[in-house]
Amino acid sequence: MLNYLITGISLGSVYAIIALGYTMVYGIAKMLNFAHGDVIMIGGYAAFCAGAYMGWPTPCAILFSVFVCTVLGMMIEKLAYKPLRNATSLAVLITAIGVSYFLQNMALLIWTSNPKSFPNMVSFIPSINLGSVTISSTTIATIAASVIIMIALTLFTEKTKMGKAMRAVSEDKGAAQLMGINVNATISVTFAIGSGLAAIAGVLLCSAYPTLVPTTGSLPGIKAFTAAVLGGIGSIPGAMLGGILLGLLETFAKAYISTQLSDAIVFGALIVVLIVRPTGLLGKKITEKV
Amino acid sequence: MSEINETKYVEVPGPGKIPERDMGKGPVLEASHLGIDFGGLTAVDEFNIALGATEIGGLIGPNGAGKTTVFNLLTKVYQPTRGVILLDGKDTHGMNTTQVNQAGIARTFQNIRLFDKLTVEDNVKIGLHNSIGYHTPAGVFRLPNYWKEEKKAHNKALELLDIFGMADMAGVKASSLPYGAQRRLEIVRALATNPKLLLLDEPAAGMNPSETEELMNNIRKIRDTFGIAVLLIEHDMNLVMGICENIIVLNFGKIIAKGTPSEIQTNPKVIEAYLGSQATEGEGK
Repeated sequence: MLNYLITGISLGSVYAIIALGYTMVYGIAKMLNFAHGDVIMIGGYAAFCAGAYMGWPTPCAILFSVFVCTVLGMMIEKLAYKPLRNATSLAVLITAIGVSYFLQNMALLIWTSNPKSFPNMVSFIPSINLGSVTISSTTIATIAASVIIMIALTLFTEKTKMGKAMRAVSEDKGAAQLMGINVNATISVTFAIGSGLAAIAGVLLCSAYPTLVPTTGSLPGIKAFTAAVLGGIGSIPGAMLGGILLGLLETFAKAYISTQLSDAIVFGALIVVLIVRPTGLLGKKITEKV
Repeated sequence: MSEINETKYVEVPGPGKIPERDMGKGPVLEASHLGIDFGGLTAVDEFNIALGATEIGGLIGPNGAGKTTVFNLLTKVYQPTRGVILLDGKDTHGMNTTQVNQAGIARTFQNIRLFDKLTVEDNVKIGLHNSIGYHTPAGVFRLPNYWKEEKKAHNKALELLDIFGMADMAGVKASSLPYGAQRRLEIVRALATNPKLLLLDEPAAGMNPSETEELMNNIRKIRDTFGIAVLLIEHDMNLVMGICENIIVLNFGKIIAKGTPSEIQTNPKVIEAYLGSQATEGEGK
């Protein structure tokens, strides 16, 4: 029981970190970046190449992965989404799906479809034995990373000028521009942060589930998107809460009900929550301004 | 109508006149032949204005005359179809909204557009954004420069809020302010961007006569303290006639009259087009 709880929180923390990327981009650019899951996959491959091929020390490999994803995220935004800033949301959504397939197929070309076995990058952290329960180093790293990221992100958005500019853009893009805020730069920073987080999520995800293929990011990406919607898309604490809840739900569903049905149960829960609270658990009621 | 101090005007080369006292600095805003079409509809046409560096100008006209559209043209919310806008002698052609603000035009909105979820102080700090001198990494890692600049911004925000005696509300969420205070906060936020020209879109809307009186004094105070020009749209004739030195009357997107308050009040065209129809039905405003 306690074992499942810990596994659930750990899995949920990974979802939460990915969900933060979705929710920040949605909150500020008002678009669903469906390529986010594939940025995670690229992050995994980048860390794999740096760590396993090149033999770089782990911290350098992780930093390299963060760097690659940050640049990739900003490039995707600049090349694919920026030209569509004033297009309909459907056009942007379809572009995002296109970027997603592009990244998957690019990974297929570069790294082929043969699964790579990812080394555990966080094994330097000692695992803890609590009587019958062992908390693995991956679990500790994942939970610690998500807590640190959550706190850092909150401080960033609440206390720094760029964070405040992001919140202003999220509320009223036009008014923010008229106050001299460079909206493009703000959106670019948002993508950079979201993609940097995706790299960390990629390393953690691959450390827990060490098989790396070009579609590695797809399902976690969709699940994390579900988590973001569950918690209330656009809300940072919501993404965290949604992620943890989803991780717990999935783990317990696998343990007590059925492994095969677990995904159905997870998405079923989303449908139920959206029927009861269409804006998600912590989402704010949206009133259209006239 | 209160006693009017007529300002002495001089012609400048270009689209109009500016007060004699501003001659040394030249006009802060010159717009000539400004116009915009939406599809086949001409919303504003042949709009010309010259505004002195410390002048308070008024823009009046019936509802739908195109007043807010003029503000949107000046701030590049809409790109003009025709015409030239010079800000402090510099052509703003090709600039976007953000660049125009950085060049020196700030504005408020007819329907209040504060950042509701941010505190009063943070709203002002959004206005200060470009004058806060640290980079994002310094903010992330909380380097000494971050603390220094945030402290400076905090003091500056309180100082600006104090113009309207709002410093004690700094920590309150903008959405929980009373209506009049929200209007005043919009002015403070605009001032925080350090403008040369402040555009006020119906600053007195929804205010009672004593609040309006206070607002008039504050607009003058802002002009004198910061040495900036103000252009305002307003339906409250006491405010317009009491504070504006030069008034432009718009109707159906075109200027129908220009002049000092007394000239406007006696202009038959204005009385016919604006006061004639509006004053009778809008008596209670």
